[in-house]
Amino acid sequence: MEDPQPNVAAKTELPKPAALQETRARDVSSAPGNCIFDVNNVSIYYGSFKAVTDVTLPVYENEITAFIGSSGSGKSTVLRSFNRMNDLIPGARLEGEMAYRGESLYGRDVSATAVRRRIGMVFQKPNPFPKSIYDNVAYGPRINGIHNKGKLDEIVESSLRKAALWEEVKNRLKTSGLSLSGGQAQRLCIARTIAVEPDVVLMDEPASALDPIATGAIEDLMKELKQQYTIIVVTHNMQQATRVSDRTAFFYVLTDTKSDTRTGVLVEYGPTAQIFEDPKDPRTQGYVTGRVG
Amino acid sequence: MSTATQADQAAPGSVPARGLTAPRGLADRSFQWLALGAGLLVLVILVLIAFSTTQQAWPWFKTEGLGIFGTVWDPAANKFGATPFIYGTFVTGVIALVVAVPVSVAIALLLTQVVPYRIARPIVYVVDLLAVVPSVVWGLWGILVFAPWIQHIYAHIGSAVDGIPVLGALFGPPTSGASFFTAGIILAFMITPIVTSLSREVIATVPSIDREGAYALGATRWEMIRGVVQPHSQGGVVGAVLLGLGRAVGETIAAALVIGSSPTITSHLFSTGYSMPAVIANQFGESTGVFKAGLIGLGVLLFAFTIIINVVARAIVDRSARRMRGE
Amino acid sequence: MAAITEPPKADLREPAGWRRTKNRIATVLMWISFVVVIIPLIFVLYTVIAKGASVISWQFLTSGPIPPNVLPADVGGMGPAVLGTIEIVALASAITVPLGVLGAIYLNEYGGKNWLAWFIGFMADVMTGVPSIVMGLFIFSIWVLHFGFSGLAGAFALGALMLPIVIRSTYEMLLLVPDTLREGSYALGASKSRVTLTVVLPAALGGIVSGVLLAIARAAGETAPLLFTILTVTSANPNVFSGPNTSLPSQIFANATQPYPGAQARGWGAALTLIAIAFILMIAARIVTARYARYQR
Repeated sequence: MEDPQPNVAAKTELPKPAALQETRARDVSSAPGNCIFDVNNVSIYYGSFKAVTDVTLPVYENEITAFIGSSGSGKSTVLRSFNRMNDLIPGARLEGEMAYRGESLYGRDVSATAVRRRIGMVFQKPNPFPKSIYDNVAYGPRINGIHNKGKLDEIVESSLRKAALWEEVKNRLKTSGLSLSGGQAQRLCIARTIAVEPDVVLMDEPASALDPIATGAIEDLMKELKQQYTIIVVTHNMQQATRVSDRTAFFYVLTDTKSDTRTGVLVEYGPTAQIFEDPKDPRTQGYVTGRVG
Repeated sequence: MSTATQADQAAPGSVPARGLTAPRGLADRSFQWLALGAGLLVLVILVLIAFSTTQQAWPWFKTEGLGIFGTVWDPAANKFGATPFIYGTFVTGVIALVVAVPVSVAIALLLTQVVPYRIARPIVYVVDLLAVVPSVVWGLWGILVFAPWIQHIYAHIGSAVDGIPVLGALFGPPTSGASFFTAGIILAFMITPIVTSLSREVIATVPSIDREGAYALGATRWEMIRGVVQPHSQGGVVGAVLLGLGRAVGETIAAALVIGSSPTITSHLFSTGYSMPAVIANQFGESTGVFKAGLIGLGVLLFAFTIIINVVARAIVDRSARRMRGE
Repeated sequence: MAAITEPPKADLREPAGWRRTKNRIATVLMWISFVVVIIPLIFVLYTVIAKGASVISWQFLTSGPIPPNVLPADVGGMGPAVLGTIEIVALASAITVPLGVLGAIYLNEYGGKNWLAWFIGFMADVMTGVPSIVMGLFIFSIWVLHFGFSGLAGAFALGALMLPIVIRSTYEMLLLVPDTLREGSYALGASKSRVTLTVVLPAALGGIVSGVLLAIARAAGETAPLLFTILTVTSANPNVFSGPNTSLPSQIFANATQPYPGAQARGWGAALTLIAIAFILMIAARIVTARYARYQR
């Protein structure tokens, strides 16, 4: 009557996640490409609260890196530190070294505005501006000084094409961006982000507010985009991580019962296949098998 | 600021991290200073008002000294005591409150507790229409239509209560269409929209759970209002009333036209009188020297008075709102 | 088993007697209050329309100078007053609206929670309670004494009145713009001033315009600030920067105390014009609000 309970403590053979069954174009566990972000012993504070402790991870070019972990583990905080969005929160500060292509992101003379033009971001809830679809996509190029109508038309079309939205909206570019459905609006936001030709695209749970079909479209889009950009995506959805990402970082909430504090830490980081099939840390194993978090 | 081109993207590792050190634009920083300057303008103006008017009124303060609170205002005799006007301002303000506050609070209760939202909207529009009528039009109507009409009513009441101890002193003769009472009523019409709207805001913050709790115990609507809405919102409503008083006290033109223009200190509410803003409006044109300084001085007193009322009122309203939010 | 008896009939009617009566009286009083407020409103509007409509004509609105008070209503017109109101109010708005919007931008986008921003916001609210006549005396003291009477002085006085109103209503509108819009703009590499000017302001524009229209309606009807700054005259002065001027409210005030029927009739006509202007601005504000709310979705 009772099923044999697998012994969690011992290392067990985990079933290979379906998504990893397909052959991958590039075997990521071999020499990775260029290191775009070099994160070394980074801790992030909001005022006196230490949200993230001692994170070290290299992010590689033209890969999709997924951040997974339960709420409060610091995934979004670390993501937002890549494009200096934490600067907008009063009292936020970063300790440690975070370098982008060899240059420190938090150096004294570094301008956050300039950083964000190279490192773009797509948010959890689609946030199109209350402007026309055309003006949404053209916004970025315009603030970069491009005002030539012909050039803007070109950029708008190519960005919308890359975001797989062109066919659906090409005849109504002047209508309001607010009139799009959730999935379309998110693709519009992606088009808007890549219109400035960034180097990296950060995505903070880009599909969590969308229905499954729209989610699928976004995931396909991500795989297309990684050929040209580097993508870091925060996700709650582990299947999504296995479907799209090359490398996965698992974050965890460390609680210190003595001082009753919590902080987020990076527990394990490696090729996605390894994280999900052969996790080295029991906490990782607990999370990916769904027993914990 | 150049954007990365296609060629740069193609070859991994070839894109240097250039342009990360662009300094903060001059335009961006100037905009911030501009916005700050505009904000500071409010404080600058308030300080300038205080200084410039006090400076102009100084001759009056100096010549009269404490006599500025004298009870006789007679330019011909060089006497400039402000008390008749302070008295008139006070009396008309109180009359305006006595008339407007019950009415405004009742309407606020009507809008928040009694009528459904669909009917509330048109009622609010109508009450706001009262605010659309400019002060001078209230005054015009007041002096040409309302005063002559109400004159008869005053006369009847006046003769009826003549001789009766308290009532006679308040409502007995002499009576006049243009009087303290008329000014008070017109001011009441003018401050009703603001007291209603502020009271509504305050009353609307009473938590629904508390109101439902009273109903659940079988209370009638009135009992619920007395038991739940009133204790919660009375602080805020007091603030709203004070703001209404501030408005009433400062309303110039309507009062100037219907108050009767005679600096008298009397208990007879139906008789002619004067108030601070009214006398400034009416006599400024012909005034010179100490007379003019006196009028400006009345303005200084008015300014100080309304600032104090408004600071106290806003503080009360803010505190009651914060307490309601549970801070 | 006990015999099942009939349960006592539950009394579900309203509480009898005094409690119910008190409740009824209260409700009736509330409705009476509303009626009490409508009556004078209807009277005023009725009187103004009845007495003013017969005076209104194209000639009334455009011709000047304003005739002496003894002359009957069909002679001359209030043209100078109409011109004066339009010029002075337009100038006041042109000065105040940019400053007010910038001030609100400071309070919401830059000031945040710091004490200075709180203090400025508080004092701006207090400033809305400063009597309009005090604003007139203020501009008289610092400007007219040095530069003489002019429409410009009147515009300053009206502007001082409008400033805190525009600041407060604009601030409320900026507050409503969701932060995610700002984040989206920042993430594309926009500086703070750009985020504010290209995303936040356009998003709040409808509400801001509506608030400005209401402030203009209020300023157009004010008399007291103009008394000591423009020095009511009877001929038109198209130059708003120098020389005394006149306006509709000023004329109404001057005419209200006249015994001559002609002057009084002109006063009613001006009053109707003024109310019509204020009314149109108020309707325009409501239309803008409704249109804007639909767009915001």
